[in-house]
Amino acid sequence: MQLWLIPILPLLGFLINGLFGKRLPKAVINAVAVGSVFLAFLWVLKTLSGLGAFSGGLEETYSEHYFTWIKSGSLDIGVDFAVDRLTSIMLMIVTGIGTLIHIYATGYMAEESGYYRFFAYLNLFMFFMLTLVLGGNFLLLFVGWEGVGLCSYLLIGFYFLEKFATDAGNKAFIVNRIGDFGLSLAVFLIAINFNTLDFGKVFAQVKTMPVETSPGLLTAIALLLFVGACGKSAQIPLYVWLPDAMAGPTPVSALIHAATMVTAGVYMVTRSSSIYLHSAGALDVVAVVGLATAFFAATVGLTQFDIKKVYAYSTVSQLGYMFLGLGVGAFSAGIYHVMTHAFFKALLFLGAGSVIHGCHHEQDMRKMGGLRKYMPVTMAVLACATLAIAGVPFLSGAASKDMILEAAYEHAPWMYWAGVVTACMTAFYCSRAFFMTFFGEYRGAAADAGHGHGHDKKKDDHGHAKKDDHGHNAGHGHDAHGHDDHGHGHHGGLPHESPWVMLAPLVVLAALSLGGHYIFNVPHILEPLFPIHEGESEAWLEIVASAAGIGGIALAYVFYVLAPGLPDGIVSTFSAPYRWIYNKYFVDELYDAVFVEPTIDGSRNLMWRVADVRIIDGIANGTATVAQGLGGILRRLQSGYIRNYAAWVVAGAIVVILWVGFGGAR
Amino acid sequence: MSLLDIVLFLPLIGFLAILILPKESSRMTALILSLGIFVLSLGLLSPYMGDASPTGWQFVSNVSWITSPAIRYHVGLDGLTLWLVLLSTMLTPIAVLISWNYIDHRVKEYFAFLLLLEFGVLGVFVALDMFLFYVFWELSLVPMYFLIGIWGHDRRIYAAVKFFLFTMAGSVLMLAAMIYLYNAAGTFDYVAIQNMVQTGALKFDGQVGMLLFLAFFIAFAIKVPLFPLHTWLQDAHVEAPTAGSVMLASVMLKMGTYGLVRFCLTLFPNAAREAAPVIGGLAIVGIIYGALCALVQPNMKKLVAYSSVSHLGFVVLGVFSFTQQGLDGAVYQMLNHGVSTGALFILVGYLYERRHSLEISAYGGVATPAPNLAIVFLITTFASIGLPVLNNFVGEYLVLQGAAKANFSWVVFAALGVILGACYMLWLYQRTFYGRASESLAHHMPDLTTREWAAIAPLLILMFWMGCYAQTFLPAISAQNTAILNQMNQNRVEQAATPALPAGAEVRNAR
Repeated sequence: MQLWLIPILPLLGFLINGLFGKRLPKAVINAVAVGSVFLAFLWVLKTLSGLGAFSGGLEETYSEHYFTWIKSGSLDIGVDFAVDRLTSIMLMIVTGIGTLIHIYATGYMAEESGYYRFFAYLNLFMFFMLTLVLGGNFLLLFVGWEGVGLCSYLLIGFYFLEKFATDAGNKAFIVNRIGDFGLSLAVFLIAINFNTLDFGKVFAQVKTMPVETSPGLLTAIALLLFVGACGKSAQIPLYVWLPDAMAGPTPVSALIHAATMVTAGVYMVTRSSSIYLHSAGALDVVAVVGLATAFFAATVGLTQFDIKKVYAYSTVSQLGYMFLGLGVGAFSAGIYHVMTHAFFKALLFLGAGSVIHGCHHEQDMRKMGGLRKYMPVTMAVLACATLAIAGVPFLSGAASKDMILEAAYEHAPWMYWAGVVTACMTAFYCSRAFFMTFFGEYRGAAADAGHGHGHDKKKDDHGHAKKDDHGHNAGHGHDAHGHDDHGHGHHGGLPHESPWVMLAPLVVLAALSLGGHYIFNVPHILEPLFPIHEGESEAWLEIVASAAGIGGIALAYVFYVLAPGLPDGIVSTFSAPYRWIYNKYFVDELYDAVFVEPTIDGSRNLMWRVADVRIIDGIANGTATVAQGLGGILRRLQSGYIRNYAAWVVAGAIVVILWVGFGGAR
Repeated sequence: MSLLDIVLFLPLIGFLAILILPKESSRMTALILSLGIFVLSLGLLSPYMGDASPTGWQFVSNVSWITSPAIRYHVGLDGLTLWLVLLSTMLTPIAVLISWNYIDHRVKEYFAFLLLLEFGVLGVFVALDMFLFYVFWELSLVPMYFLIGIWGHDRRIYAAVKFFLFTMAGSVLMLAAMIYLYNAAGTFDYVAIQNMVQTGALKFDGQVGMLLFLAFFIAFAIKVPLFPLHTWLQDAHVEAPTAGSVMLASVMLKMGTYGLVRFCLTLFPNAAREAAPVIGGLAIVGIIYGALCALVQPNMKKLVAYSSVSHLGFVVLGVFSFTQQGLDGAVYQMLNHGVSTGALFILVGYLYERRHSLEISAYGGVATPAPNLAIVFLITTFASIGLPVLNNFVGEYLVLQGAAKANFSWVVFAALGVILGACYMLWLYQRTFYGRASESLAHHMPDLTTREWAAIAPLLILMFWMGCYAQTFLPAISAQNTAILNQMNQNRVEQAATPALPAGAEVRNAR
């Protein structure tokens, strides 16, 4: 079936644009970048239909072996690609959404310098992401896993002249490395105990093992894998990199930090479901961490003013939902939400990108407003996405979210209720963003647009990391655009609608957000892997969840359209908790104070300057000084430059002679 | 005369040729000769091209050198040393290329010493007579001493002497142990002594065994360098000229790790087992300690030097896991470190040639005026971090997998080094290449020249090759390591006073 073609096509795109892009005209770069991903999408369709995935086939895993990558003793790791129904869903999402976002990006990035570099990275990301989902063993999954992390790093730091961007890139990579620490330990444990890393062979052995009632090997593996998932999929306590990752261009936020890469953790846990199903304890941890993340990220989302930050916290929160689903055993519901979330969250980000693009790179919602006059299409599609994420009945978001919540209710009712509250908050803050952006009057004063409009807001939000150079922010504002001159062409201009090359993908995504779940019924597709639970689902569960969503929208309407003064009143009444939440519970500051600063201080002042230079090197040099003193006697016998050498050879020879004479000869 | 003899002695001839020929031709002579030696050395691959890698000695020469005491010129190649030899012959022309403009005084002596250094390190890897090994071991010190002492930076004399004394202190112990072995076995021949150890004709038990082991071990551990014997390395690296740093890190440090596998494991397996918990602990301390020190270095070369302490901790950990994966990974990691840390030193040298500073704070924004340099540095950075698809990942994975098998708590700590590795390398990269370039930096930061590309490109290719298709390199290493582990374990079986087993498959099962 030539599965290898699927990732290789974007890799070729990367190589062409990466090596020659500087000299290529934009049209060629576009053709290569979009074309390679679109071809991969077509090849996915052809492969899947060939395997019968669209006609009820592909009940068994189909795999291809290419070559042996690493062979050491009994450990034999091959480059193997495998497709089953789970993979086929991920392939469709990655290449399908990927194609749309690539098309969009050709419009969004049109004015940026480093155009070819951007698309080269984006293609490289597609290669690694497809390797991640196609890989037939844990090490190949890890290759994709680290590779997408690399691309994430490169694209977050795309505007590498700006320190906040490269800081965010470093943070993403390093926090992910902490997660990978857990993942790699899990891989070691698997290889030691199963003597293979091949998915099929490992899971076949796992299935013959007893379910663990008390923590044992499988629980350890499951929890360590989940540490990896917490890094990549931004769960507590490792979620801190994702909000900062919004420093990257918006198409990147949509593709990597919403629709695909961040769901890799969900995919990996689902892939390893047989391990998790053997450990109730590990599943509980997944559910609780997911729910806690969903809840707390949603509270932060309530207070943010940067439109991308709102959606970033929303992503963290929705990923928490997915893990809640997995944790309560509803694996197919979790993957269902991966898909619907890919539709509506990609749309939210791309829509936000359209807004930002139209407002000359403004991201602060307080400086938007009234955009419905200027950007009607963007407003319409964002309305679809907002309704979908809010959980309005019959739309895609509701379908998957309700399935997760129902499973949560069966597992533990309190989880359901916490999930419903979260759903209400989600509906509220997404609608808030929508109303603040499109309703009311335009607040971005034309005079204000001439300078410093760029990423000022971003800088504020990064204040914690930049405390020390706040003073220099003000003067820095006007050249914050060094990387993209885009805004400068429109000094003081009014917002404008985006070109159709950007809007067309939005319309497709809007349609999918509304009804995509009718085309791709994930739980049904995954039935061979995860049997559908035919329980008596109680109708009121869905009704309450929908009501929570609609209530959230209504509340936002009241707060931000009917009575715009209301939020400020509430904020001033509850200013202390508000500040706490607005500043994201000061988690970044806490991590800095507890982990980062002590490590650096300790390394500099204790490890290096004291332990290494004073003690260890001090002892060595002290010995040398003593030897030099002794050598001073011998020095008289020697003359010239190499006295130290001579002294030591003589001393050494004496030691040797003594040893051989008295010790060795025995 | 075998191909190995030719490859070994050509550098010595080159050394003499450069000294004789006029100094205007030194560079070109050195380049042509070292390239020729590299091409010739590729012929050493021929026995390893088949499906099954041979485990015995290849290209053996064994003639008498000194009759009393019996010292022989005995050289040979096996799967352990094959790639180390090729690494050395490949890096020498690269070292010549990167010194092309860098060296402007005493040019003739400089390039002559580079070839003498090649002669020394090749000899260390192929010598099978212990005395011969010792001669080459000491011989390799001399050119490096002068490379640092003459062409180094401000504190070069201090660094050169320190380098020399540290290594000498260890090798004196090693020499003493060799003489003890000679008295016990009546020969300096490694193969013969190893055979006696394996058949039980020669036994080093208890304290004597441990002392002999330690004498070798300390000599090698200083060279590696293993924590806490590493403080000579930072000074030597910072003061050395670029090519000196490259040869030191990529090849000379491997003399230590090679010695650990060749001598410590096969001659004193029981002592090695006994000491393994402590050595593994030191290796892990070194991994974390080196990384933490690298984190806070204001000087680029010092940062890379400390990162070497961390990386070589992985090698030692793999060796003393006594597992197939651990050993395979350790040997693979020796090559990886040679490639990627060598490349890092080369790139730091490129930066230095442009801006004449090793302080990280003197840089910032280099990516804008020199994008190609930035990309190459980025790839090397990620190779060093252990990103899959690049070389270090394979080695680190195998080492940690093997160490996990030996003692799972080891890897819990050792894997922290992988996190810290990302921290110090990415921070170095950010502070050097990202941000806005100052006016003065932008004017003195031309992009890579053709000569510079030629020197770094082979290493870049190897990073991808070794990362994507390890099976080019691993089979020879793996087969040899299986043999080494068998040698270790055969000894153990006989220690347990069971009847002597024939060598081969049963022994493996007896584990």
